[in-house]
Amino acid sequence: MNILFAFLIIASLGLLLGLGLAVAAKKLAVKKDERAEEILAVLPGANCGACGYPGCAGYASALSKGEAENGLCSPGGAETSAAVAEILGIEASAVHERMVAFVHCRGNNELTQRDYHYQGIEECSGAYMLFQGDSSCKYGCLHLGSCMRVCPTNAISRDALGNMRVDPDACIGCLKCTLVCPTKVIRMIPARGSHAIACNSLDKGGVVRKICSVGCIGCKICEKKFPDSGCTVTNFLSEIDYESPMTQIGEAAQACPTSCIVEAR
Amino acid sequence: MAYVAIFITYIFINNFILTQFLGLCPFIGVSKNSESAIGMGMAVTFVMGIASIITWLVYTFLLVPLDLVYLQTLSFILVIAALVQFVELIIQKNSPGLYQALGIFLPLITTNCAVLGIAIMNITEGYTLMQSFSAGIAAGIGFTLALVLMSNIRERMDLFPVQKSFKGVPIAFISGGLMALAFMAFDKSLLTNLLG
Repeated sequence: MNILFAFLIIASLGLLLGLGLAVAAKKLAVKKDERAEEILAVLPGANCGACGYPGCAGYASALSKGEAENGLCSPGGAETSAAVAEILGIEASAVHERMVAFVHCRGNNELTQRDYHYQGIEECSGAYMLFQGDSSCKYGCLHLGSCMRVCPTNAISRDALGNMRVDPDACIGCLKCTLVCPTKVIRMIPARGSHAIACNSLDKGGVVRKICSVGCIGCKICEKKFPDSGCTVTNFLSEIDYESPMTQIGEAAQACPTSCIVEAR
Repeated sequence: MAYVAIFITYIFINNFILTQFLGLCPFIGVSKNSESAIGMGMAVTFVMGIASIITWLVYTFLLVPLDLVYLQTLSFILVIAALVQFVELIIQKNSPGLYQALGIFLPLITTNCAVLGIAIMNITEGYTLMQSFSAGIAAGIGFTLALVLMSNIRERMDLFPVQKSFKGVPIAFISGGLMALAFMAFDKSLLTNLLG
């Protein structure tokens, strides 16, 4: 008999409290913005943070509240922007041009001189702490692959000589590699760009020639002989203006004495 | 006079955190800034006060007449769990920012031994309904006091060059221990001196 009472008491107590909670939950229900969840479904879900918000969920909720600009999602691109615009009932805004990362360096242990042999941890920042890296060129790639490990889509690979290469099709433009790179040799270029300068060195021509056989020596051949290539040399480093037509870039690439102008794809 | 004694007892002499060492998990967990510490303190005070009333009623009018006193802990936990859920709903509705700041520690009030502690203490001390309620509120205030003091200390400590090995939780534990030492100064003689 006692057991029955015990069972009844606890069961009814639980039932009563449960009912009370159910009523309270109905009364105090917080309205969630359904559009935020719909937007989250169309976002790529890479949580890369390229938009500047904490992950896709953060961007989705900011979009639904009208606080964020549409089209900031670089992995999603135009498709995502259009889908988001449809959910929000706004016009699809102009998408920022798709940018991909490019390693502006072709030097490696064969082609570039080294100041010392680095034997520390396999992390570029580690080598950079010791005299800005083991390479004599203080602007180039350190080949230790920090960018490779931080890339969310594994778009960066390292070949046998140590050169890092970004696959422009796999790159989602999240900027993570540019942030982790201590020498800032990884910079963004437009995905449509056919060529890029494979050097980051601001050293004078003579210095570059001495320590690296594939560096830009600032000879200005590209700028002077091929004015329509879009190349301009400042601080002994050639730079391509991707807004220009770049009609002569192919010829300039062939004429470059250190073949520093390379195909980006 | 009995109520004043109850308040002084549970805020200072038997402070739940610093003297009885109950409910230490939010003491370290939510004391990083004073705003969430006050929010947590208010939530716990509310739960303690209401839980004291309901558990007292359940005990006196349900468990004692039916001779089911051994169900005390089980039924108390049930009541406390439901109350915490209720508080969670209220906070989520009225203060989403606080809800985010408290995070996991809000539902964890359910298993906060301080709440169950006050419910059981009310019974063992043989308090009346009103005394139980004031004991619950007082214990909650004591809890809030300890939490707010701690959060202020930690906010200031962030600005000081603490040794790296002590930074964060270790130094918080040490300062918590020193605070507990200070609270040891309050004892029963305080009550007799104050109230005769």
